[in-house]
Amino acid sequence: MDVQSHKSTLAIILILSVGIAGIALYQMSYPPDEPNLALEELRLEYATTDEPVVDHSQFEILNRDFTTPVEVTLACISCHNTRHLEVMESAHWNWDRIGFTEDRGITAIGKKNVMNNYCIGVATNELTCAGCHVGFGMPDFQDFDFSNPENVDCLSCHASSEFYEKGKGLGGAPATTVDLREAAITVGRPSINNCGTCHFLGGGGNNVKHGDLEVALYHADRQMDVHMAQDGIQMTCVDCHTAENHEIAGKLYSVSANNVNRLHCEDCHTSTPHMSEMLNTHTARVACQTCHIPTYAKENPTKLSWRWSDAGMLDEEGRPMTVNDSLGMQRYMSTKGSFTWGSNLEPEYVWFNGTADHYYLGDQIDTLAGPIKINTLHGSYHDPSSKIIPVKIHRGDQIFDSEYLTIIQPRLSAAGGADSAFWKEFDWGRAAESGMRRIGLPYSGRYGFIETEMYWPINHMVSPADQALQCVDCHTPNESRLAGLDDFYLPGRDRNDTLDTMGWSLILISLFGVILHASIRTFTYMRRSSSLDMTPYEEFDHDKGESL
Amino acid sequence: MKQVKIYMLFERIWHWWQAALIIFLMITGFEVHGSITVFGYEQSVLFHRVAGLLLVGLTVFAIFWHLTTDEWRQYIPTFKNLKAQIMYYGVGMFRGDPHPVHKSRWQKLNPLQILTYLGFKILIVPVVIVSGLLYMYHKTININNVVVISDFSLESVALWHTAGGFLLVAFLIVHVYMTTTGETATSNIRAMITGYEELPDEDDHKEPGPADASSELSNDQQTTKGGSQ
Repeated sequence: MDVQSHKSTLAIILILSVGIAGIALYQMSYPPDEPNLALEELRLEYATTDEPVVDHSQFEILNRDFTTPVEVTLACISCHNTRHLEVMESAHWNWDRIGFTEDRGITAIGKKNVMNNYCIGVATNELTCAGCHVGFGMPDFQDFDFSNPENVDCLSCHASSEFYEKGKGLGGAPATTVDLREAAITVGRPSINNCGTCHFLGGGGNNVKHGDLEVALYHADRQMDVHMAQDGIQMTCVDCHTAENHEIAGKLYSVSANNVNRLHCEDCHTSTPHMSEMLNTHTARVACQTCHIPTYAKENPTKLSWRWSDAGMLDEEGRPMTVNDSLGMQRYMSTKGSFTWGSNLEPEYVWFNGTADHYYLGDQIDTLAGPIKINTLHGSYHDPSSKIIPVKIHRGDQIFDSEYLTIIQPRLSAAGGADSAFWKEFDWGRAAESGMRRIGLPYSGRYGFIETEMYWPINHMVSPADQALQCVDCHTPNESRLAGLDDFYLPGRDRNDTLDTMGWSLILISLFGVILHASIRTFTYMRRSSSLDMTPYEEFDHDKGESL
Repeated sequence: MKQVKIYMLFERIWHWWQAALIIFLMITGFEVHGSITVFGYEQSVLFHRVAGLLLVGLTVFAIFWHLTTDEWRQYIPTFKNLKAQIMYYGVGMFRGDPHPVHKSRWQKLNPLQILTYLGFKILIVPVVIVSGLLYMYHKTININNVVVISDFSLESVALWHTAGGFLLVAFLIVHVYMTTTGETATSNIRAMITGYEELPDEDDHKEPGPADASSELSNDQQTTKGGSQ
């Protein structure tokens, strides 16, 4: 075969193969924009909402004067004659759910028997706390009749919030300014305001507790929340949190334990929502929220820490005081202690399998094991049903019984006229004694303050897709978002230092070796060239040049 | 001297494709490893996976070629002349000594090269490819995803793959340098491009080679060019 023709064949093959490789790489780098049809379908599905089929304002039984809110409830159940029973099965009414956990067996869990590290607990503070109970007249939950249907407050969820609100410190009764007729004729599907009035304002103010649920969602734009955006699809809470027989889908693990009746993004978006297969493989172990909620508390700050141990300092005249920071957020309150706040926060990340444990009233704590987890989200890399989720971790300290090693439920609120209330007397000992006696737990008389943590999964404030986390937000050795999750190997973030040192050493030794060898070759070659008249290389090259 | 065709067409295409893929895999691999930033992480992952699969495909062809052409015999390790070859690289080369082992169509590798390339073919490449495939298809059981491979921890798979990658890079450095140690600094690279290398006249009958290939050898593969001397 002639070498020349051979060369051209080779050149053609080379050009062809490089060309094909180039086109392939270009195609991969700039894939054509394919429409995400599944997402389009969802958008169309939620673009319209059904108009109500009934105009309640035309019913005489509602469009009349009421003297007590109970009369409204009786009017409701005169038609919806079993709906109240459904409400009375729900956690909104019972403030607990029956569940089963391996740690505790069959157990009821809810506000009645678990705590938090904000205002600590419901017990002794019901008159105030019941402002977020779907019932009337709760002086305290031990005396409240949870089986009396007349106490169900239909209006709290179904009346237009423009005309209805709960009173402060009235144990769940409506404010005295409410016109019950106005409220009753507006009933319908719950709006964002119905939910928000409790779920946005929990913990004593806007966005104090959740961090991803706040009043800014009443007028969200797409940057804040793609689902609830007024310039977007305008979804409301109950579009996702649907209810079957008043059993509402979705719940939060501050007061829940079981992996049932949850809401998942996948319920609508499926577990393969991306056009990229590479991204879809992530959904097995990474919750959607992890990438798609890059920051939370996007508008108003949320509380990040709360130190009860600082509470009780009075001003020079012996009066309780409040100190605000430059943004107008409370930094210190004599009644509550010191706080820190934050907005536009990057979440922390944990493994979560859908089950949780909590500190139940009366549980003994281990004071040496670091901060006490008020709620524990179960999960790990090695548990195949766990996914990485974003959380807000609320840290602080709170009062505990230093002898019996229990966390103390102090009497805080003076509503109802209790003398021992901390917010009245600023005496921890009396508040602790009174609170613990009320919930029927022993108190040794000695108290201290202990560090606690509470875990709040972040599920709302989903950002537009182009603002989702990028690969290198996690897959990087520097400041990875997942730096705290070290129980697994994450490509790009993790490496074996020994192996890396050995590998780079090998490369350096190889480089050094070839440079050394080349230097000696050059040196000896030059010495030989100068000592001899001719060199084999020149001769060879000369020879070769001729032959070609 | 005569022009001898040492590297067949397939061999050369295979070699250069492999070289290009390995260099590309090295760059994207270091980006996935978190050492450098070139294409962006997402692109690098994608490129690395595609290039890796191309390398697997190429390797399948190469194995087929080696088996069907008897070329695999060139990689049977021998210790004969091994010491001489090492001494040549370490001492003799600096004195201008001739190569201790003569190259020919059926003995294109010296004993040291045989050991090195054999190690490359049966250790480094299999480690990289097997760990790479396990890495690529590694998933864990989940409500959404079927199990593909979960018997090996991702960490061990990744560490084997990284180790193989480092060995490949070191191999690449030494290999590229060693190509300059032929008859001239560029004769080996030229030969890998054109297929032909100028070799001193030797008595071909002394060469080891497959008996069944010898007729073929003299007909077309061992093409000599007239007037080369």
